[in-house]
Amino acid sequence: MWTVFGCLVPPLLLSVFVFGVQVLFIAAVSVLSCMAVEAASQKMLGRPLTYLDGSAALTGMLLAFVIPPGVPILMPALGAVMAIYIGKHLMGGLGYNIFNPALLARAFLLATFPVAMTSAWLPPITDGAIFTYLSGIDGMTTATPLAVLKDQGMAAFIERFGEPRDIYMSFFLGWRPGCIGETSGLLVVLGGLYLMYRRYITWHIPVSVIGSIAILTWIFGGESLFGGDPLLAVLSGGALLGAFYMATCYVTSPTMRSAQLVYGVGIGALTVLIRLKGGYPEGICYAILLMNPLSPVLDTWFKPKRFAPPLRGEQ
Amino acid sequence: MAPTFSFPKGGVHPPEAKAYTEHLTVEPLPLPDEIDLILSQHIGAPCVPTVAKKQEIGEGALVGTVEKGLGVPLHSPVSGTVKAVGNCVHPIRVSAPAITIKVDKEAAPIVWQQSSWEHLDAQALLGKIKDGGIIGIGGAGFPTHVKLKPPADAKIDTLILNGAECEPYITADHRTMVEQTDKIVEGARILLTVLGINTCVIAIETNKPDAIGAMSEAVAARPADGMDISVAALSVKYPTGSEKQLIQAITGRKVPAMALPSAVGVVVHNVSTTKAVYDAVVLDKPLLEKVVTVSGGGIERPANLLVKVGTRISDIASFCGGVNERCERVVLGGPMMGFAVSTLAVPITKTTSSILFLREDEIDTRPLSACIRCGWCLDACPMGLEPKEAGIYVEAGRAEDTAQFGVFDCFECGSCAFVCPAKRPLVQFIRLAKMKAKRS
Repeated sequence: MWTVFGCLVPPLLLSVFVFGVQVLFIAAVSVLSCMAVEAASQKMLGRPLTYLDGSAALTGMLLAFVIPPGVPILMPALGAVMAIYIGKHLMGGLGYNIFNPALLARAFLLATFPVAMTSAWLPPITDGAIFTYLSGIDGMTTATPLAVLKDQGMAAFIERFGEPRDIYMSFFLGWRPGCIGETSGLLVVLGGLYLMYRRYITWHIPVSVIGSIAILTWIFGGESLFGGDPLLAVLSGGALLGAFYMATCYVTSPTMRSAQLVYGVGIGALTVLIRLKGGYPEGICYAILLMNPLSPVLDTWFKPKRFAPPLRGEQ
Repeated sequence: MAPTFSFPKGGVHPPEAKAYTEHLTVEPLPLPDEIDLILSQHIGAPCVPTVAKKQEIGEGALVGTVEKGLGVPLHSPVSGTVKAVGNCVHPIRVSAPAITIKVDKEAAPIVWQQSSWEHLDAQALLGKIKDGGIIGIGGAGFPTHVKLKPPADAKIDTLILNGAECEPYITADHRTMVEQTDKIVEGARILLTVLGINTCVIAIETNKPDAIGAMSEAVAARPADGMDISVAALSVKYPTGSEKQLIQAITGRKVPAMALPSAVGVVVHNVSTTKAVYDAVVLDKPLLEKVVTVSGGGIERPANLLVKVGTRISDIASFCGGVNERCERVVLGGPMMGFAVSTLAVPITKTTSSILFLREDEIDTRPLSACIRCGWCLDACPMGLEPKEAGIYVEAGRAEDTAQFGVFDCFECGSCAFVCPAKRPLVQFIRLAKMKAKRS
């Protein structure tokens, strides 16, 4: 789990570079409070202390990744209590939680502090930026691209962020407002590919999530059928972060590869549904939380193929 | 490069660790002072002792018989005096009925006379194999004569000799194939004659090129006999030496659950068992000794030894220079399927292929944690089972309800436990599940 943690460090550092040093404080508070809550929960529930195994630290890092960079410093600490104590230990501890703890905490914070969670965006720091072609953007941009696209339409979006063609690159490299971890698609994908190379995760969930988001947005996301912009849909919001790091959580996803494909497509479809028809600009968090409890069901539907059936119907 | 054979589903690649002993010629272990012959050497009914305390017996003398339930007779591998007919330590059952023999080291060893076998019919050959106490010495210990008498409705067409030796460390079959090549080929011809078939495939993993070379040469050089004997190279993957996986790799056929290989027309014998069949038929020599690999970083001098059945581990360890202080665990059998033993007083049996003295860096003693459902065990399981579910059920006290996860298909290869990142003892969980599920 420390390996996954390590994969999240480069996007964090970029986020510090983009949004400023307070990102580092939020991440530190989040990670340390998750570990502290883990230790306290285990002490309280009489379980063996495992707060150093990387599991709580990883949850803390992921929690920091899904909150805006400008929130009060105590919010991630409160989120940690929700994620680790309620989301993990009251559900039975490591391996038995139904929901992804980090996303559960994000949903909790979004419901409890809706203003901070949807407006504490920071503009990317543009002084001395290497991406000077973006300097034309209003320095005080404080809405996420998806929110602008949803509330004000494509024209306003283009006015704000430039032609889609230009912003693919800036989104991919990380120069845009958003949650701490969803800045750079490139670093998220690189980390995910490394996890695949090390065989910690397989391609099934990321590919089915990203693929279904792209295809469904292409079909339904535009003014006419097949007029949506699949690349923009994948690069914006937390789609890549969710597909590589949240949906692949071992505990809350199905174990069979075939079931994982169904699970991934379910997440992708719900994400697009929420983005296009729901009340929120971004949908992957709720999409994953809605698919999480279906994992045990999928696991009973999809069974590995036994070597060879017995003769004459014996068990 | 000839094509190599493999099985498609699951499997793992543990470190092979065969370099310790793969080039070492088999050396005979000097006679120990005492041996313990466990009366239940293998699956099936235990032997009834036919000797009494203080009786003097010669090498190869019958000391135990059994007529029912898959039994084969037991012979004394040494000349000496019966010291006790009682109990000795057993690696799994703690204590087991055994005959203890004080070895007469002065007695002249028997010279076994060669005789021709071609004129004998299948029935006579089978009798010699049974009377020789031959069992599958590759590990499972199934009586060889029973395997050679498949049900009347089974149409057998292929004999496979198992020289995969896919367990790490062990090189006993490897050295036997290199050093006793002609006897194995002759044994294969005997087995084909007993089965009344013509086709034999000798399957060897590609990590033993010298064995593949030697066996191929011996097969080609044998006198014309009209038999179709060939050598097949197996890709290195554990557990390719498992009977069902081996049959699938070589013939593409799948043995159904709960069925024997004869259901798909195949009989499998280990190469070392084949050599023992040669001894029993051509030399009239019962199964008295065993090639045992002594290996691991915890023993001073790793070796391949020819050991009398019943020799205690302590005698073997002291011949190999003793156990060094870094030894953490002693395992009887391979690291994947073997058992750790708690005392060196344990005697070897007909099925012991190796004794491993493992250092701390060769074992994993980290404590287990909860299952995180990563599903790696599902990918590793060659039988398409769900070890994680069986483990979770056993931990929750519901071992009786695990038949749905196919625990009875499990042959305990240990691939699941090998890949488990939470270090869960999945094989032990499944053993418990089998026991409880059988009872309910």
